[in-house]
Amino acid sequence: MSSYTSTVEVPAGVTLPIYMDNHATSPLDPRVLEAMMPYFTSKFGNAASRNHSFGWEAEKGVETAREQIAKLIGATAKEIIFTSGATESNNLAIKGIAEMYRERGNHIITQVTEHKAVLDTCKRLEKYGYRVTYLPVKADGLIDIEDLKRAIDDKTILVTIMAANNEIGVLQPIREIGKLCHEKGVIFHTDAVQIVGKVPFNVVADNVDVASISGHKIYGPKGVGALYVRRRNPRVQIAAQIDGGGHERGMRSGTLNVPGIVGLGKACEIAMQEMDSEAAYLRGLRDRLKAKFEAELDYVHVNGNMEHRLPGNLNMSFVYVEGESLLMGINDVAVSSGSACTSATLEPSYVLKALGLGDDVAHSSIRFGLGRFNTQAEVDYVAAKVIEIVKHLRQLSPLYEMVQEGIDLSKIAWTAH
Amino acid sequence: MAYSDKVIDHYNNPRNVGQLDKSSTEVGTGLVGAPECGDVMRLQIKVNPETQVIEDAKFKTFGCGSAIASSSLATEWIKGRTVDDALAIKNTDIVKELSLPPVKIHCSVLAEDAIRAAIGDWKKKNGVAETVESTSTSAAAAQAQ
Repeated sequence: MSSYTSTVEVPAGVTLPIYMDNHATSPLDPRVLEAMMPYFTSKFGNAASRNHSFGWEAEKGVETAREQIAKLIGATAKEIIFTSGATESNNLAIKGIAEMYRERGNHIITQVTEHKAVLDTCKRLEKYGYRVTYLPVKADGLIDIEDLKRAIDDKTILVTIMAANNEIGVLQPIREIGKLCHEKGVIFHTDAVQIVGKVPFNVVADNVDVASISGHKIYGPKGVGALYVRRRNPRVQIAAQIDGGGHERGMRSGTLNVPGIVGLGKACEIAMQEMDSEAAYLRGLRDRLKAKFEAELDYVHVNGNMEHRLPGNLNMSFVYVEGESLLMGINDVAVSSGSACTSATLEPSYVLKALGLGDDVAHSSIRFGLGRFNTQAEVDYVAAKVIEIVKHLRQLSPLYEMVQEGIDLSKIAWTAH
Repeated sequence: MAYSDKVIDHYNNPRNVGQLDKSSTEVGTGLVGAPECGDVMRLQIKVNPETQVIEDAKFKTFGCGSAIASSSLATEWIKGRTVDDALAIKNTDIVKELSLPPVKIHCSVLAEDAIRAAIGDWKKKNGVAETVESTSTSAAAAQAQ
């Protein structure tokens, strides 16, 4: 029969709903909250108040955080600028560099699977007379370094390419990109939101000049981010995009979000200590989840390069099942889908489309974002639920039936609507 | 997005899932939508040649919960109706019954299209003049081949 009642039992120690969408945001680590708390209450001072102890205390918290962040990414404390989050960091980096180096050139290079905070910033600059090259990606989601080589010309001032993708978790070859940029005298900015604290990322070894960082992706608070701006070899200058009191060495005015900054710093300190063991743990969970799907279901495949990938990311297409209907069946599990039906625009994920996947496969994709607080029992429960619901929905799927009967779906004159 | 109880009920207990013999002259098949759009519905009817009453209806749908519910509901509603009565079902009736939000109205439109396509296919097979313009017979015809 086609009726569906779940027979999957909730394992001991698992509480529903399960959060498995850690690329969207991550829960605040209790240790981070503990570090932040005093800065809401007794240590409430303005870090810019230079003439009393309240200010000094706040400033001390901020400077400790600056060092914690710098240490995690191989920078110096003076190279860290605080912002309201990675969207602001990306805007500040790209617009600030474009403005500062306008006389040198007007060409910017990025790639098609960037976050909208980068793509839409580049689009705005196009309106102001900048020329932007959007590099394609290969079927595995990585750019071809040769494409980048060809795209750089004598007007190129900036290359902005993300370190890790938020949907498919693939790691771009930033070290090679940075090396090439340095050879050509071009600034290299990377949206490092997803990579920082997850796998090793070092601005010196990876040849990065400017990097955007977010608090809430690394078990820190929302509403705080940072921008790394290289001070030497080469020294990078950024034109401020917010005018005011000249905070953050003139690059970002506005009273500092001291509790948030302290939290971001603490989150980086924890990541520094635990990243290696956590990465191994998450890779184990992720591979377990993947193996279960592949053992129990046909027509499933991973989107994006499996080798160069964040340990906690699994993006899979359950072909012939529409993503939103799948999410509906696992409503006690928080994951996300590349399906159009889950977006306001009714367009499937542009990232998956960029891999050359058909829209139908993009519609069938689910992103599992494993994080620090997920357990093996949760993975087992999620796997069982997904397998069960995919089987149910495939009973309802005319496409699955047709494929079983040997019909070539690409030969059918579908009526797009 | 929150789903109405009726959508959830059709999702968990879809009515009339399955396949009818598409080569039978009594059966009309409508295949509408496209995988690229994230919605494909196949709706089939079995029509009594004497009374023109739809005696059986089956569906399979690839799509979101609202699409599944719309087509499931459509099969429920057309069973027992005459072909002409079934054509009177409007997508807005489905929207109302399932409390579909604006962003899901296209699911109901597709279900209406599926009914029309199935009836159109049956009429074509049986030499009955087309009374209603069907937009979706090409896909059905392609599948029937």
